[in-house]
Amino acid sequence: MRRLIAGLGALALALGACTAGPGASSPAASGAGGGASFAAESTMAKIQQKGKLVCGVKFDVIAFGFKNPTNNEVEGFDADLCREIAQKMGVQPEFVETVSKNRIPFLQEDKVDIVISTMTINEERKKEIDFSHEYYHAGQSILTKSDNTAIQSVDDLNGTTVCTVEGSTSEKNISEQAPDAELLLFPSYSEAAQALVDGRCESVSTDDSILFGLASQFEGTELRGEPFTDEPLGIGIKKGKDDLVQFVNGVLEEMAGNGRWKALYEKHIKPYSGKEAPEPPFKAAG
Amino acid sequence: MDPIVANLDFLIGGYATTLKLSAGAMALALAIGVLVASVRVWGGRIGSAAGGAYVEFFRNTPLLVQLFFYAVLFAPANLGLSRDPVVVALVGLSVYTGAYVTEVIRSGILSVDQRQSEAARSLGLSQVQTLRRVVLPQAFRTVIPPLGNLSIALVKNTAVASAIGALELLQAGSIVSSRTFRLEPLAGVVVAYLSITIPLAILTGHLERRLRFAR
Repeated sequence: MRRLIAGLGALALALGACTAGPGASSPAASGAGGGASFAAESTMAKIQQKGKLVCGVKFDVIAFGFKNPTNNEVEGFDADLCREIAQKMGVQPEFVETVSKNRIPFLQEDKVDIVISTMTINEERKKEIDFSHEYYHAGQSILTKSDNTAIQSVDDLNGTTVCTVEGSTSEKNISEQAPDAELLLFPSYSEAAQALVDGRCESVSTDDSILFGLASQFEGTELRGEPFTDEPLGIGIKKGKDDLVQFVNGVLEEMAGNGRWKALYEKHIKPYSGKEAPEPPFKAAG
Repeated sequence: MDPIVANLDFLIGGYATTLKLSAGAMALALAIGVLVASVRVWGGRIGSAAGGAYVEFFRNTPLLVQLFFYAVLFAPANLGLSRDPVVVALVGLSVYTGAYVTEVIRSGILSVDQRQSEAARSLGLSQVQTLRRVVLPQAFRTVIPPLGNLSIALVKNTAVASAIGALELLQAGSIVSSRTFRLEPLAGVVVAYLSITIPLAILTGHLERRLRFAR
């Protein structure tokens, strides 16, 4: 065992010597092509050396992160944000599916570089990870069957069963705002919506941005009432990578300035929300 | 420990559900097992084939798949039997474990020598009396240790019910864990399962030793 540890130590030293060696530290030499150049020890330089930016996104939320079964492409607002950031670094984007419950563990375990997965910025999560600027403003709402007239607002959820997702802010919000509602929790939103269609719950409650997509996917369902919470969505980054947070914020600001943010909204979200693109929730560069 | 203490009531609720699910499913699985095993042994060719089909079907498909299937099948949009995931899990676990119990009980019955039944019948005991006084008491001794093992497996299998949304021990611990971003609730869940299964293992071992002498 001791010999194994010593061996691993020697290996780590050798690797360290390699990456710190002369010539190897130039990010332009990473061969990824394009993109800015970064200080050798920065998080971005390390990502450039890998040649790919690994993004945790949802695979089942239409308009944000959705793996299209016909061409296997990951589509949506979150996915395109990842592509945008990767392009600015001059690396390839790689998508890993994250569900609400494993987003923070995946960051902490370095399974992904950033999480763009309809994640609400809140105080509890800020203790665990860092967030970029708010890149989208959502609010929790209710999806129910079109023929269910009994549910019009969050108060009506009391005494009914509400389907939502484990480890989401939605689950917490329901237990606070409709304490007499029974919760039926699933790993993903598509499962929660299927349960609604099967009649295992009266409603699905989560961010309106997610419900728009579900309403279009599952026939005979519709959104009810006004959003009853504020859900500022942010890009999650592991603590200690302040340089990456700044870089991502820079990309977002640039997108606000050159109209890319609005273009992405119109491409992905407008077809479902039916609303014109609002101003981005963060400031433009300059 | 803080995340466990702060959510103790919630976690105990999950623990209670796991206990109820385990006890309920074991009772139902025993009833199913005795019934189907009897049909397999004494039900003639058709009974034997039907019982065998039940055993092979439920023993050879994954429990998780069965639970997913029942959750949708029992939903109001389909059969409308129940949408409570705990009820669905109770039925699923009972039917699944019942297949194993059937085989254990069948082997217990077959372990009693045929000549004992013949002797009992020739002494003038009725068929029911033969079963009650001669066959079943001996079969019972043989099946206690494997039934103990099955009950331990059943307790562990209740965790699968979390996948259909049943708020049992694992689901409760998992929710607390994802709310607090801590590992301790899941560690607590492990200890809580052991607090059920270890006593069962001790009880099984104890019965096994006692019955060995009684032979």
